Amino acid sequence: MKHEHKKVLFEPLLENNPILLQVLGICSALAVTTRLAPALMMCVALTAVLVASSVVISMIRHHIPGHIRIIVFVTIISTFVVLVEQVLRAFAFDLANQLSVFIGLIITNCIVLGRAEAFASKHPLLPSLLDALGHGAGYSALLIIVASLRELFGSGTLLGVTILQPVSEGGWYQPNGLMLLAPSAFFIIALLIWAVRSWKREQVEKPEFRISHIAQDDRE
Amino acid sequence: MQESNSTVKKAGPVRRLFALPNEHPVKTIVVALILCLICSVLVSTAAILLKPRQLANEELLGKQREILRAVGRYQAGMNIQAEFSNIETRLVELATGEYVSHINADHYHYARAVADPATRVEIAPEADIARVRAIAKYAPVYLVQEAGETRLIVLPVHGYGLWSTMYAYLAIEVDGRVAGISFYKQGETPGLGSEIANPRWQAAWRGKRIYDDQGTVRLALITAGKRDPDQAEFQIDALSGATITSKGVTHLIRFWLGEQGYGPYLRRHFHVGGGQ
Repeated sequence: MKHEHKKVLFEPLLENNPILLQVLGICSALAVTTRLAPALMMCVALTAVLVASSVVISMIRHHIPGHIRIIVFVTIISTFVVLVEQVLRAFAFDLANQLSVFIGLIITNCIVLGRAEAFASKHPLLPSLLDALGHGAGYSALLIIVASLRELFGSGTLLGVTILQPVSEGGWYQPNGLMLLAPSAFFIIALLIWAVRSWKREQVEKPEFRISHIAQDDRE
Repeated sequence: MQESNSTVKKAGPVRRLFALPNEHPVKTIVVALILCLICSVLVSTAAILLKPRQLANEELLGKQREILRAVGRYQAGMNIQAEFSNIETRLVELATGEYVSHINADHYHYARAVADPATRVEIAPEADIARVRAIAKYAPVYLVQEAGETRLIVLPVHGYGLWSTMYAYLAIEVDGRVAGISFYKQGETPGLGSEIANPRWQAAWRGKRIYDDQGTVRLALITAGKRDPDQAEFQIDALSGATITSKGVTHLIRFWLGEQGYGPYLRRHFHVGGGQ
């Protein structure tokens, strides 16, 4: 595999993670991560839509009129989202019910539209495919981490299997109710962003403006 | 770029069209049309091909499995259809409590009947304790038969909680006690209100009385501090941290078992809640 291909594929995992660095796709990362099983299904659904739409957009990129390109992208993305939703409702009824509207909301997921506009519409097929896979994996990795933490500490289970026996079922573990509410996903994602940026300093954003007396101190 | 160069030479009308600059209005319209056509064919093909399977899922997993759960006869991996064959579906006219035979109960679609002005029954806001806004004139009941006799009556009920409409099947013994309940669709707060879907909590419903001797619905969710030992047979523990969801559940029971709901039906056919 060529070096730049490797870069396109692996960079979104950590160096350029769609959630941690680009801070996109947060809505679904909060909503579907109370349990691991629906989160996994969401990862598969999003990656499928991302890969399929990137491939198609990259294939027709020379013929997309500039004025209507966003509409073209959204049409292609929503087609795949509807297909995924129909397939899930036919073959994974319970998970489709648990994910409810969030499969449909992939249409508005900024990661998918973002990759179409920033990458797939400007690059050949293979790099676009790798870029989509990479971003799908980067999104999935984060969703899996957040969902594992929330399910383990919020319900004492992982994929429905009891790990920490809750008090209500005769065990010792007092489940942390906060973990089941959306704010806990904010806290976990924020802590992960903090951890990654402490490790990879280059991800720290430059301040947009400086407060004047601090600027003076900086001059020394 | 190489592609467009080579296409110009072979000047078929299609190729000439695609060789037009992307911003050309004709090409813009043609590209948009082709894209819409392909996408709509894909979407409608998928919808049509998968529809039978989705409907079967809805019937089997969305309805039959949940009814079996409500009557406590569901086990993972069982043949749902075979077990469900002991359950008879009938249609009831809610206002009179009479069975309806001119509509096929197996193919009756409740939500569609609510939307249809001919069968829609608006509920006055002051009487709408379960916040359902409107109900249908006819509603299904599911009768568990054993040796030619009705053993359990399963009623589909719904009402509004804190965030969502909660849907459940309530199974009742012919003597008017609760046999079980299964909340199968709800969007209440995870970990608090959505504990209504927890089988452990649902188990506490079993054996509770619904009507007092005067025929009033007394079954209610009561918070720990307010429980009255004399009324224990009418009281179920409310969910802690979910006051509004618990109230919603109490209200949907009161509504659906009251006069606007299945009250007349239960009184007429099972002498339940009719006063002794």
